[in-house]
Amino acid sequence: MLFRLATGWTVLKISFEERLIYRGDFALGTLMRFLPIVTQIFLWRAVFYGADRPEGQIAGYTCDTIIGYYLLTMISRAFSSMPGLASGIARDIRDGTVKKFLIQPIDMVSFLLINRVAHKLVYYLVAVGPFALVFYLFRDFFPGWPDGFTMLAYLASLVMAFLLGFFLEATLGMIGFWFLEVSSLFFVYMLFSFFFSGHMFPIDLLPDKLEFLVRLMPLHYLAYFPAAVFLGRISGPDLIQGLWIQFAWVVFFLVASRTAFHFGVRRYSGFGG
Amino acid sequence: MGRLAWYARVFLIFLRNSLVRDMTFRANFIIDTISSMSWVFMNLGFYILIFEYTDRIGTVADWDPGWGRDQFFLFLATTLLINSLIRGLFLSNAVEFSEQIRTGTLDFALLKPIDTQFLISLGRIEWSAIGPFSCGVALMAYSLFQVHYVPGPMQAALFLFYLFCGVAIYYSLMIAMAATAVWLGRNKTLLDFWFYITNFSRYPMEIYKGPWGNPLRWAFTFFVPVLIAVNVPARLLVRPLDPENPEDWLLLPFAVFATLGSLAVSRWIFNRSLLSYRSASS
Repeated sequence: MLFRLATGWTVLKISFEERLIYRGDFALGTLMRFLPIVTQIFLWRAVFYGADRPEGQIAGYTCDTIIGYYLLTMISRAFSSMPGLASGIARDIRDGTVKKFLIQPIDMVSFLLINRVAHKLVYYLVAVGPFALVFYLFRDFFPGWPDGFTMLAYLASLVMAFLLGFFLEATLGMIGFWFLEVSSLFFVYMLFSFFFSGHMFPIDLLPDKLEFLVRLMPLHYLAYFPAAVFLGRISGPDLIQGLWIQFAWVVFFLVASRTAFHFGVRRYSGFGG
Repeated sequence: MGRLAWYARVFLIFLRNSLVRDMTFRANFIIDTISSMSWVFMNLGFYILIFEYTDRIGTVADWDPGWGRDQFFLFLATTLLINSLIRGLFLSNAVEFSEQIRTGTLDFALLKPIDTQFLISLGRIEWSAIGPFSCGVALMAYSLFQVHYVPGPMQAALFLFYLFCGVAIYYSLMIAMAATAVWLGRNKTLLDFWFYITNFSRYPMEIYKGPWGNPLRWAFTFFVPVLIAVNVPARLLVRPLDPENPEDWLLLPFAVFATLGSLAVSRWIFNRSLLSYRSASS
């Protein structure tokens, strides 16, 4: 146990330092990722003005809260997005790099998880500046700080969004054990995730039937759910229930990724040296 | 003229070679086409959703009808046409150009007896862009039918001309940004920057108003003229030119000026970058 912890700590330290190398590029990239938000602000302003209700509401959102929503989904995505995880696993399977996990005393899923934690920690360390600046500039778009309990629930939903994003993409990557080329499958996932996670628009704007279907899927826990919790759109028993369902999805994909790896390595065959 | 015909022949060879290459990996080509089309459908879904909540956007005053759903779809169709032309003709070449600078393989392009910018910009054509391009054509036909409007030959010719201007403005920005890899070593972020900047031109310029919007509109019209790229051709389709409106008459010559200016500046940056290129290999 102690040995495992020590290994994990070493992996975390190395990954952390590795990722701090390009911090300048990282910070600039983070700041630029807010640029599309600027167009969203003008678009939604135009929608509210076009609908002749600049002070009114659309699906329960005011012009300000919908912009606040977009900014909050940036935070959700900072936790749940896992660039290159699924494709990296599939590539390692295809080119045989995965065999190092079969012969070395380290578990692949845990290794990748620690790696990802390091990546995210560096990301938050560098991104906190650009995020603070943008949120300060746009502070008027938020209704104010939520109460302590909602804040705790929000933080829990963010941590679970990270775990859900990780295990979901890890499970997807494991499909590489069965199919050689999975990039188009990842593209479809990316497309669905962008549309139904709430990243592109709040899912409560969807027509009722479609919204019901989207709520059955795990994707909206990656972006919509934490943002809606912060804005107080989900509260009381719905909030507790939502957190439990999010937790259940995390457990489901944790088991799914481990099972896929377990059966995947039995199919795997490596050739050459 | 002989030289122009020669370049046209080389371009046809590029087209043919890229098609042969795409057809060699046919399944990949089909998947690429379908995935880029699904991206278009997802975007279209988003805008359909938006127009469920409003019947117009980009109004400058109460009397202004702004851009209704079908008018906006004409705008969107124009965006699709320009974007798919850029993606099909130049995008992978610009990405490759930065990589060639970084790895030193640009040497091989410099040795060829042909204009380097021409070779670098058009060497590899992505035929799968034909998917979103046809979506653009279909959306345009559908929206014109919805607004019961058939453009006259003059209007169609002007539309095509300004569509070409839009492509040229986008291309200039892209190739200039790719060329900066010579000085920066690696510029993945800058190419992302191209996507973020052109993101501003995805909507009618009238939506940028107010204390923040006006400077933004001015900057992206006169400084980096990306707003011109889609707005001018789309506007020509949505409503006929109004001789009484000075904006109509000023915007058209300005678009030509902006196109020529963008091409000249990007050509200058490209040539400057070649002078600073120091070959990473050998």
